[in-house]
Amino acid sequence: MRWLLQIKEITWMGLTTIPQRLGSTLVIVVGIAGVVGVLIALLAMGEGFQAVLAQAGRVDEAIVLRKGADAELNSGLSREDAVLITQGPGILRNPGGKPIVSAEVVVIVNLPKKTTGSDANVELRGVGPLVWALRTSSRIVEGRAFESGRRELTVGEGAHSEFAGLEVGATIRLGQQDWRVVGIFASGDAHESELWGDAEVVQGAYNRNGYQSVTLKLTDPDAFDTLKAALSTDPRLTVDVQRTRDYYATQSEDLTRLIRILGVAIAAIMAVGAVFGALNTMYTAVSSRSREIATLRAIGFSASPVIMAVMLESALLALLGGGIGAGVSWFLFDRYTVSTLGANFSQVVFAFKVSPQLIGNGLLWALAIGLVGGLFPALAAARLPVTVALRENA
Amino acid sequence: MKYLHLIWTDLFRKKTRTLLTVLSIVVAFLLFGLLDAVRVAFTVHESVEGASRLITSSRLSIIQPLPYADLSQIQHVPGVEAVAYANWFGGIYQDRKNFFANFAVSPNFLDVYPEFLLPQEQKHAFASTRTAAVVGENLAQRFGWKIGDKIPLEATIFLAADGGNTWTFDLVGIFRARDKRDRGQEDQMWFRYDYFDENRILSNGTVGWYVVQVVDPGHADNVARAIDKLFANSDAETKTQTEKQFSMDFVRQMGDVGLIVTSIMGAVLFTILLLTGNTMSQAVRERIPELAVLKTIGFSNQSLLWLVLAESLLLVALGGITGLLLASIGADILSAAFRGGAFSVGGQSWLTGSVLMLLLGLSVGLPPGVRAMRLRIVDALSAH
Repeated sequence: MRWLLQIKEITWMGLTTIPQRLGSTLVIVVGIAGVVGVLIALLAMGEGFQAVLAQAGRVDEAIVLRKGADAELNSGLSREDAVLITQGPGILRNPGGKPIVSAEVVVIVNLPKKTTGSDANVELRGVGPLVWALRTSSRIVEGRAFESGRRELTVGEGAHSEFAGLEVGATIRLGQQDWRVVGIFASGDAHESELWGDAEVVQGAYNRNGYQSVTLKLTDPDAFDTLKAALSTDPRLTVDVQRTRDYYATQSEDLTRLIRILGVAIAAIMAVGAVFGALNTMYTAVSSRSREIATLRAIGFSASPVIMAVMLESALLALLGGGIGAGVSWFLFDRYTVSTLGANFSQVVFAFKVSPQLIGNGLLWALAIGLVGGLFPALAAARLPVTVALRENA
Repeated sequence: MKYLHLIWTDLFRKKTRTLLTVLSIVVAFLLFGLLDAVRVAFTVHESVEGASRLITSSRLSIIQPLPYADLSQIQHVPGVEAVAYANWFGGIYQDRKNFFANFAVSPNFLDVYPEFLLPQEQKHAFASTRTAAVVGENLAQRFGWKIGDKIPLEATIFLAADGGNTWTFDLVGIFRARDKRDRGQEDQMWFRYDYFDENRILSNGTVGWYVVQVVDPGHADNVARAIDKLFANSDAETKTQTEKQFSMDFVRQMGDVGLIVTSIMGAVLFTILLLTGNTMSQAVRERIPELAVLKTIGFSNQSLLWLVLAESLLLVALGGITGLLLASIGADILSAAFRGGAFSVGGQSWLTGSVLMLLLGLSVGLPPGVRAMRLRIVDALSAH
């Protein structure tokens, strides 16, 4: 108990003298804020990208692609294939008795980005009539859904905010044809970066005869194996069947890993720098207080509370820095929307996601830097020869 | 120069502090060097050859093929020297993770890309073997391929006419990039378009994109417009861009790498500025009596300012140069890890780095320097 009290006293004394050495204290705080801020910002980017794709996938949904195709863009299914797939077992039917499937055509179109004005690849997805029953998370937030047989588009919210000219009521020219934007949908996943139109009309406009993929709703998650077995053994089909959850998870894998490695590597290098900064700060703190510490030792304080107090001070400052860094990157980057090229060679719009878990991680990094940076100066403080320190001119 | 010894001694009067400061500057410039290498790798650098090349692709969509019949029409556009074409294949070698670019090319493809060197007899072999393929040296080393090897690729888009998924090519040549800096571009495999087109069962008679070499790069824009005009209002409208524009559009789509990198560098350098600034002002504060003595024995105000400035510049330069050297080594390791050879700390980075060091050194040394200059001897001596 007395030991704890001593730690408290010394730490308090240390903290009250901070205003006298504000400059050097700022070094530890700002240094660590930088590390934590950069770490959180980069990891939040990875998490955001992963989340937007992960949300597009479900366990009770399957996507059928041509065998060997790793993305819809590489895939191709004929009309006959699509019919056969729709007849497969384990597919949920709507009240009208129709299987809930969407045979889809994916075309990449060029639209100017709002930020840069330069053309970017955007996914135009021709979907089946039952798509709204299939992707229940997609709902119209403005205007209405496209009508079958017309050159109308319902655009995702992400695409709407990222690319120019996608206002409801606007007409955009894709290829040689004019399409009317009639509505905006939100889905909270990767589909929000897309433009949706009637599959038949898209096929017509782009001289396509078949589809790229068939997505379907399963009666329940376990029905997947039955369907997969049935489709893979059908001699008339050469297809791969995957749960959409697995399919979309694979699509985000590479980029997410790259961002994570980069983020941690950059933060680690910065952390080394911050440790040097912290060491510097704490050595200065200790040397400017050497007389005080020596006095305390002379009147009976033991060495370990001195060590603990210096480390505690450094840890507190580090946490303060970490908190500032996390706060700044949350303030600047949470929900910050960007877009990049996804697996289908087209833009995926996603938002940075600063999660509480990331912030926790960042604070742990801060604490680690603070403790390492405090350790050596703390030991130096404890080893201070009392008589010499007392005699020294301050 | 004669004061170098004095500056040096002052600098290391508190060894731990100076060492720690230098080390954090080292870290900052290490990071600066690495990030700048990444930024440069993502910046499209224009080669002399690239300036005279146009890329013609579908206006509809980058994945939409163009008719083969466009070839002769493009060849007749005034100002066109030669036209080559290619088609993306997207084949996979053994595992998806082994990704590299592979595509079918026209017989004259190498003629429009003179920056890639292929020995004459290998050129002949490519022209005389229908199933021939050539790869870049970097790629050959990566998989240990030798001339004569058979390379199987799993098709992701194009099934072969025999219904199979595997296309097997005969490796007849290995090309090199003329400029060592372009080694990253050796990560590709080319094979013959005629063989490819006869054996696929999808989109026969089309090509992915045309590469148009123009006679005069100065007229490239006019030629591009003329080509696009040829196919305006046809079923397959085209979009013709200079090679640089084409790559820049692509890089831009990856996201704003430059912005991310610059913000990180900003955060790092700001921190370092604070850290070194603090060290320098401490160092000067501790030495006030000494500075007063120097003044007493005849040092002018200006020389004191110079002494302090020189000290801070030396401090920053020590750390900065070490950091950039480490970054060069780091970039080599990074290149080896990514097998592209694309990262390096070039002259441009050293130049920017030096300017940064100078600015950092000056802004850190100036405030304490001015303070030293304005010191009044009597006050400074009597304070202690």
